[in-house]
Amino acid sequence: MYAARRWSVRHARGLNAFYRGLEALLVSCNPLWRLIGYERLERPMAAIERVVKGALFDCQMCGQCVLSSTGMSCPMNCPKQLRNGPCGGVRDNGHCEVKPEMRCVWVEAYAGATRIPGGQDLLASVQHAVDRRLQGRSAWLRVVREKTAPPT
Amino acid sequence: MKFDDEPVPGYPLPILPGHTSPGRLERVLRAGQFAVTTELAPPDSADPQEVYDRARIFDGCVDAINATDGSGAHCHMGSLAVCALLTRVGYAPVMQISCRDRNRIAIQGDILGGAAMGVCNVLCLSGDGVQAGDHPQAKPVFDLDAVTLLETARTLREEHRFLSGRKISYAPRVFLGAAANPFAAPTEFRAQRVAKKVAAGAQFIQTQYCYDMPLLREFMRRVEDLGLLGKVFILVGVGPLRAAATAEWMRKNVPGLHIPDAIIKRLKDAGPNAAQEGRKLCVELIQELREVRGVSGVHIMAYRQEQSVREIVERSGVLAGRIPWYPGRDSTNPETRIAQ
Repeated sequence: MYAARRWSVRHARGLNAFYRGLEALLVSCNPLWRLIGYERLERPMAAIERVVKGALFDCQMCGQCVLSSTGMSCPMNCPKQLRNGPCGGVRDNGHCEVKPEMRCVWVEAYAGATRIPGGQDLLASVQHAVDRRLQGRSAWLRVVREKTAPPT
Repeated sequence: MKFDDEPVPGYPLPILPGHTSPGRLERVLRAGQFAVTTELAPPDSADPQEVYDRARIFDGCVDAINATDGSGAHCHMGSLAVCALLTRVGYAPVMQISCRDRNRIAIQGDILGGAAMGVCNVLCLSGDGVQAGDHPQAKPVFDLDAVTLLETARTLREEHRFLSGRKISYAPRVFLGAAANPFAAPTEFRAQRVAKKVAAGAQFIQTQYCYDMPLLREFMRRVEDLGLLGKVFILVGVGPLRAAATAEWMRKNVPGLHIPDAIIKRLKDAGPNAAQEGRKLCVELIQELREVRGVSGVHIMAYRQEQSVREIVERSGVLAGRIPWYPGRDSTNPETRIAQ
């Protein structure tokens, strides 16, 4: 929902802190996840994410969440799905070129990033090309797996 | 400026140390010359002669010609084909690639193909949304964005491999460019976005039309603060406005275009001489831009006014007497001018 999405950006600082806490919690539960089995968890966890992140961020379930690097404004809501900053078509009032009724996702991201400690630096980091195979899968489980994977 | 090894049409120049492409645009910029580029509107036609006719207008007044890739989401002859035609006779095209119409498989193939056809410059763009064009019912692709497109092109060139990791036997030697719009919201973020593009591989930038010098100066200050001068060549976009009404229409309908009221008033006040005033304004802007620290050249976009580019360049005096190479420049015999 558009209003909820904008609320999330206004509260980027708190949500980002909450997100970090959640990530730590999920990572600490790794033994439990392994016991149950990641593949078995995939569908229920993705369903939870779809509801929670859908409500808060209009999450599009790309499976590679970068919210912390984009001021808690989901870049996949950009009609061009730009994950590295705004296109050149942003209107004078800060609205989208493609959807004139919507605020530019990146104007929002910039505002959100100013509220997160270190957010500006995160905004500057280059996001690599999206892996489209991860569409619809759980981003949270993926992060936990990556963080707990033995170094290669 | 004349290089001692001017090209045989279609043959690349040797790549100098520290250069990445065999192209003339990179040479002009790295030699510290003020560069002039322009834009060729690809024809709605399958006739190659129309491409040559459109390119010829710029003979001797530009260093490179951008071939647009479905600009404004309108369908025209493709940029790869336009570039291939232009390189055949020795022109230095900038192949524009937009992420709107093709995925990473098609784009990587086009970069290899373009380089094989003698394309030395590639401009990586996100692309206008399909809603802006004549096929709003089309599927927008946007598999990559401008930054990941730059990364992709640089991977091909530097690591001699596709994004998949599969090796390529001969890398595309291309000079990589990107766009910037210093005048669109959020303006505070625009220089940072350039920094991201540079980090992803951009070596030159061509900006949106500049009609607002204070905003441009502010942008350039931020670019300098980020330590980007010396890492990237910035060519500022300019263009003649034909009439106050045109300017107002463009401001309303062209995404991301910013024209201050003062400019429109100046055109209105010129009355029947508005077109002349528009060209004069363009010349003044170019002269002012030449003095701005970090500006390496101008990119003149004169859609449907291509004939005025020569006059604008000459009056601005930015070429300082040098005549950029064009097919037949050094020939006294007009018969040898290929394809013209």
